[in-house]
Amino acid sequence: MHTGNRHYLRRAALAGAAFFPVLLFAGLAAAQVEGQPAPGGVGLPNMATPVGQETQLLYNSVLLPVISLIALFVLGLLVYVAWKFNERANPVPSKLTHHTGLEIAWTLVPVLILVFIAIPSFRLLAHQVEIPESTVTIKVTGNQWYWSYKYAEDQGGGFGFDQMMIPDADLKPGQLRLLAVDNEAVVPVNEVVRVQLTSNDVIHAFGIPSFGVRMDAIPGRLNQTWFKIEKEGVYYGQCYFICGKDHAFMPIVIRAVSRPDYEKWLVEAKQKFAASDSPVRVAASVDR
Amino acid sequence: MASSTTAGDGAHDHPRGLSRFLFSTNHKDIGTLYIIVGAIGGIIAFLLSVAIRAELAEPGIQVFPVLARLLHGADPEMALDAGKNLYNVFITVHGVLMIFFMAMPILIGGFGNWFVPLMIGAPDMAFPRLNNISLWLLVASLVLAVISIFVEGAPGMKGFGGGWTFYPPLSSNTGNPGPAMDFVILAIHLAGASSILGAINFITTIFNMRAPGMTLHRMPLFVWALLVTAFLLIMVLPVLAGCVTMLLTDRNFGTAFYDPAGGGDPLLFQHLLWFFGHPEVYIIILPAFGLISQIVSTFSKKPVFGYLGMVYAMVSIGVLGSIVWAHHMYTVGMSLNAQRYFMFATMVIAVPTGIKIFSWIATMWGGSISFRAPMLWAIGFIFVFTMGGVTGVVLANAGADRQFHEGYYVVAHFHYTLSLGAVFALFAGFYYWFPKMTGYMYSETLAKLNFWLLFVGVNVVFFPQHFLGLAGMPRRYIDYPDAYALWNRVSSAGMIFVSLAMLVWIYAIIEAFLRKRVAGDNPWGAGATTLEWTLSSPPPFHQFSTLPRISGSDHM
Repeated sequence: MHTGNRHYLRRAALAGAAFFPVLLFAGLAAAQVEGQPAPGGVGLPNMATPVGQETQLLYNSVLLPVISLIALFVLGLLVYVAWKFNERANPVPSKLTHHTGLEIAWTLVPVLILVFIAIPSFRLLAHQVEIPESTVTIKVTGNQWYWSYKYAEDQGGGFGFDQMMIPDADLKPGQLRLLAVDNEAVVPVNEVVRVQLTSNDVIHAFGIPSFGVRMDAIPGRLNQTWFKIEKEGVYYGQCYFICGKDHAFMPIVIRAVSRPDYEKWLVEAKQKFAASDSPVRVAASVDR
Repeated sequence: MASSTTAGDGAHDHPRGLSRFLFSTNHKDIGTLYIIVGAIGGIIAFLLSVAIRAELAEPGIQVFPVLARLLHGADPEMALDAGKNLYNVFITVHGVLMIFFMAMPILIGGFGNWFVPLMIGAPDMAFPRLNNISLWLLVASLVLAVISIFVEGAPGMKGFGGGWTFYPPLSSNTGNPGPAMDFVILAIHLAGASSILGAINFITTIFNMRAPGMTLHRMPLFVWALLVTAFLLIMVLPVLAGCVTMLLTDRNFGTAFYDPAGGGDPLLFQHLLWFFGHPEVYIIILPAFGLISQIVSTFSKKPVFGYLGMVYAMVSIGVLGSIVWAHHMYTVGMSLNAQRYFMFATMVIAVPTGIKIFSWIATMWGGSISFRAPMLWAIGFIFVFTMGGVTGVVLANAGADRQFHEGYYVVAHFHYTLSLGAVFALFAGFYYWFPKMTGYMYSETLAKLNFWLLFVGVNVVFFPQHFLGLAGMPRRYIDYPDAYALWNRVSSAGMIFVSLAMLVWIYAIIEAFLRKRVAGDNPWGAGATTLEWTLSSPPPFHQFSTLPRISGSDHM
């Protein structure tokens, strides 16, 4: 029953270890399209903002290597120990239960690793939270189950619109299922856009993977975040807090264009959305 | 509880039949009942997860509208909406059942009740009747939780579908005016009371009823784990009770604790919930840690390496784990300094946890390892929990969490620590102590098959979810953009292995009871040094009426 334990374990460990590179290869072969999830992707999306790029750098160059090494190290130790000290190979167990040097080492080394991670990590955090001088401010409100946008009047706006997902049945060729919307939110490239965020009813969350942006939309609270898009294009996001039956069906689409194109769009939007400009709404009250 | 002879030898001393279990004051019987409750909760929660992964296997919505019609008789036109709601209810109930009605009952109520008295040389728990009420409160709680599925939640929908963390306003009248959420709140009240009473029982027992010679520093690590866990329970469950009671009054008595229109704040709920919620995950994993220490030591035929370090590691995990709760709230709009503090404190927990992982490996080092099924599960635990732990270190970084919050990277993280970590420890403990509890030996072949099927299965289910999280897939989603299809398909395919593993497990139990191979007092040999192995299998109805005396300076 216990014959061939060492061979058995070794084969199993190798098979297991082979699993991960195969997966990784499959994923790395996936095509990366800007602003939308890559089919079969295994990594972070290409980032279109400086904060997003810093996040990507922290994860890919610091966090992922560190955690992979630790996991492989532990796996290696386990395989080695199983190999070297199974009862057939080592019938008499040692009595070693202490080793001060080892215990100090495995306390200090993790601390050093954490310090190594913390330095870039704290820097990224400050960049995310501290909002630079902005030229555009948009107020985004979460609703069940769509996002609405208001553009500030003193920045060429003075209108608002709702952004509804296009249902499967109405999709045109080229439109992404569950991500395409009727009214895209347009912003200028290379400018700091401040997003003020709240909710009309329950908690939602505004998240755009390619920007490194995620912030909760909470009724009765005005949250703020920001992004500076470095490349023109269309960028998709979704709702990241469970908000009811259509939580998966309230996508976000941001289109980044040049400043002149943005100003042109502002004029068109003002006319298009003038009729539907809704008054400021109070946060959700108790509904009986 | 002194010595032998006539005390309690009357007919009432060893009850039979239904009253033996209904009115039990015996820690072993109550432990068995807890394990049965946990198995039932776990099997239901597992079936829910089968439905969830079936739905997520392909883009689009295929399964839940049908389920909604079957379960609630939903109208064909309403079926899609009812299906979407039912999916949210399923993920909510899955979480609630797994945490409160599977992991905690089996680890704490089941193995804790069975083996803490045995391991410290006590005849029973300090408060045997309190033990009984803890059990039946939990059963009543489960009944209420199941009822909630069948009554109205969101308008026109059945059940509460706001996630096991049930934040208002979705869980208040704004999102869920129907009574389903009230049933959930009352279920939480009962389960909380059950655990608070149980914790009181464990603390009193461990402090007062250790056999002569068993100092605190000679206690088995499993007992230490239960001690720390019990203190955490006492500290945080009252906070949860307050939190849900305020939600109950908001919903039914016109208060506005969490309603901004009345001067309240939804974030108050989140702070209170996570003040409970984060220690809760340590409440689940600490008993598992204790179990792994016992099993690794037994099958390496060596005492645990660095006993005192292990004790202090568990205590510091408990203490630190109580002051990091807002790392679940990095995206609510918290100040920079608050995020910095919680990030720092959370990262520190990696140190004592790492100490434990290395100590287990050091225990095996130089040992004479026997790869029986419990040891396979324990070694598996060390690896998969490390994987879950390192993704936890990633998420501790608030800057990185911004990218992963409420996405599948988080789902992968907690399933690695729970579905792989805690569940592996559960199976390890199950096979380790099954011979002691029943007197029968399980089939080693079936047990090993159980392990390999589950090991492959849960890794295939959950490893690809890291990819989904990195690519941006949000959690608690019934449907997803087509780009996420590949890894969802792979993840769902893993459920085949997991389901087979569960069937093998059930068959292994049946087979052991049918074959009746006698296990003997100690099937594990010289490595099993704790007191339960000195008793018969199963132990007598009352044990240690003469207290054992612990000599020698070593811990167990």
